[in-house]
Amino acid sequence: MSEYLRNALDGVTRIRGVRGALVVHADDGMVVADSLMESVRGNAVAALAAGIALRFGNAALSTGVGSPHFLHLQATGGTLIIVPGPTGVLVVVIGDKELNVGLARLEMLRVAEVVR
Amino acid sequence: MTVTRVLEPWMMEPLERFVSEADARLTLIMTPAGQVLAQYGFTRAVDVMSAAALGAAIASSTQEMAGLLGERNFKALNHQGVRHGIFLAEMENPRGRLLALVVYGPETLAGLVQLFFEELARDLEQACPNVKPTEPVLSADFERELNNSLASLFGR
Repeated sequence: MSEYLRNALDGVTRIRGVRGALVVHADDGMVVADSLMESVRGNAVAALAAGIALRFGNAALSTGVGSPHFLHLQATGGTLIIVPGPTGVLVVVIGDKELNVGLARLEMLRVAEVVR
Repeated sequence: MTVTRVLEPWMMEPLERFVSEADARLTLIMTPAGQVLAQYGFTRAVDVMSAAALGAAIASSTQEMAGLLGERNFKALNHQGVRHGIFLAEMENPRGRLLALVVYGPETLAGLVQLFFEELARDLEQACPNVKPTEPVLSADFERELNNSLASLFGR
């Protein structure tokens, strides 16, 4: 993994409550880069997050509101955040329920800038 | 209506689950020799036979390529087009090595197909009943067995 991408992802994973951060190819759901806790299955998170982004993207487009800039799923056991980047990648974060979503989003936007 | 057809009933549930979760358009499960064991989405026998033969040939070619590179084998092969992609991968099963050929569209992703393929492989391994010794296929029986398989796969 490139040093600059690793540094950018480390910026996200340093936030309290983040279990992992990934850069995922939006077209195929494959991992481009990741920084994950051992218990997190990177390929599964990447594929499922890209699947969610695809479906939400299609739904948003069909309702005429444009493509999503930010997806935030809150579940009983944690949080999934997806920020689509400008070059066909997704920045994905999986975190605890207590995760500071605003802070995570800021760092994710930085990662998306790095990938540009 | 698109239906799932299997030669052996234990394959039905894992295959149906895979097709539903991965959003696959067509799926074939076959032996490395191209003998079809289960299929989803095909409506004509001739398409099944062609796809199985081509899939088995691709798998065989990539196996040779892997050998040239000093690899044991390649885990999976993926071709992505604009409207369709194909995913070809092999799995270990108590019945021996099996190949899966999956055709998918833009409604799903290669990563999702690969992810759920791994689950399919696990599910098939668990669902497989005790292995019975396989008998050699004699050329005299081949055509009859092929016709029986196709009849089962197309419900005739």
